[in-house]
Amino acid sequence: MKAIEQLGRNTIDRIVGVGEAAQLLARTLFLLPSWRGVGLFIDQMFRVGVLSLLIIVVSGLFIGLVLGLQGYTILVDYGSEQALGTMVALTLVRELGPVVTALLFAGRAGSALTAEIGLMKATEQLASMEMIGVDPLRRVIAPRLWAGIVSMPMLALIFSSVGILGGKFVGVDWLGVYDGSFWGNMQNNVQFLNDIVNGVIKSVVFGVVCTWIAVYQGYACMPTSAGISTATTRTVVYSSLAVLGLDFVLTAVMFGGLS
Amino acid sequence: MTEVARTDQAKPLIDVKDLVFYRGSRVIYDGVNLQIRRGQITGIMGPSGTGKTTLLRLIGGQLLPDSGDVLFDGRSVPHMSRRELFQARSRMGMLFQSGALFTDMSVYENVAFPLRAHTKLPENLIRELVALKLEAVGLRGAEQLKPSELSGGMNRRVALARAIALDPELIMYDEPFAGQDPIVMGVLARLIRTLRDALGLTTIIVSHDVDETLSIADYVYVIADGKVMGEGTPSELRAHPSAFVQQFLNGDAEGPVAFQYSQTPYYTPNGGGAT
Repeated sequence: MKAIEQLGRNTIDRIVGVGEAAQLLARTLFLLPSWRGVGLFIDQMFRVGVLSLLIIVVSGLFIGLVLGLQGYTILVDYGSEQALGTMVALTLVRELGPVVTALLFAGRAGSALTAEIGLMKATEQLASMEMIGVDPLRRVIAPRLWAGIVSMPMLALIFSSVGILGGKFVGVDWLGVYDGSFWGNMQNNVQFLNDIVNGVIKSVVFGVVCTWIAVYQGYACMPTSAGISTATTRTVVYSSLAVLGLDFVLTAVMFGGLS
Repeated sequence: MTEVARTDQAKPLIDVKDLVFYRGSRVIYDGVNLQIRRGQITGIMGPSGTGKTTLLRLIGGQLLPDSGDVLFDGRSVPHMSRRELFQARSRMGMLFQSGALFTDMSVYENVAFPLRAHTKLPENLIRELVALKLEAVGLRGAEQLKPSELSGGMNRRVALARAIALDPELIMYDEPFAGQDPIVMGVLARLIRTLRDALGLTTIIVSHDVDETLSIADYVYVIADGKVMGEGTPSELRAHPSAFVQQFLNGDAEGPVAFQYSQTPYYTPNGGGAT
């Protein structure tokens, strides 16, 4: 009986949490922008976006190198190695670019956002901001949320571009695929609207979800060291699961013939 | 002074009426009534965990009461819109127990923060005002330091400078003396008194430091078990008939407040009791 009670209580808590998170997102997204907000947004773009560049570029490069190598060994058996450019580009632009960028973003920037906001809560900085008459949603949450939403597609595009260069390095410069067919087939088969724009839409969705989870977990965490630790873990776990689940749904709608 | 203005001055700045507040299923306040008079230092005292800080948050509108009302200058804080609440808060200053300085900003930026948020003053005027506020707390010249470079006492004084930056009508101190050495305690107590005398600030001190609070407060409420156990001027309180108030003021181990958490006897002569 107690177990059922506990299950019910946990379920209600989760539903309340989702409701609160939705309120936070709605209130933050519909705040009117201000000049001071632009400055804070640019500052956060640096911290969330620019500082994530290194991990994105290095990961993109290695994933491109592996794709080039694996793709070549499979395609060469069928004499289709000239399709390597298309394969690498489509894999990155449609799937790996948005998904891996979002997973890396959740691990690097998302966890940092949760820990920072959680610590601001634990040290009463958010409460003191409220008492000064400054809305923490406007001052702390909104710039971080928008920075995540804007920087995610940019990071995903950079990830894909570097990955393609990695694939080209292995395929063309190392394994000897003809340069012209690598780029030419890619240009012929990768469509701007169908592939690149859909990939960007995916990463915008992932940007909203990952940053939303990160800022909400920080804002709603228990203001103790254990609470911040739990919230940070939740950010990475929930974001990763949400990204992978949503990716399936979005892929089904965009490329699976459901649309 | 006109009759109307005089009547306004006679009204309390804060009027807490029949306040009931629960945290989960635990009762924090069970019908508390108290008034904070203008220009006075009012002490709110009570044992740890009685919800003294919660009271400040209810006055500041960060928490909402389950029933009852909190009036700030005649207006109900729980019924204010978000915009009205933020405007009301610009007339309040609060010194948090931890100081709560913004750790990514320098001392200067911390004190300038409320000025920038609520005024459109030019930078040179903000610089002058920040210098004045830091001078008032004895920290002029510390503008460029980061909060991590300050001692506990300095941290609290910077937070005090920030709390008075907008010349509020009400200032609330949450455990200002907790964890401070006797010199810092003396400095803070003198500062609180000086600020009240010089600026006419209505002041609330939440504390369990009996001697320091009684030495500077004009009126004191003792709160425990969700109720006001005693109130009065410091001298009235020292002569208060309540056994609880006497135990609290004198720091006695024996009295209405049990020292032991568990009421189960550890040992009874006839062989019973917990082991």
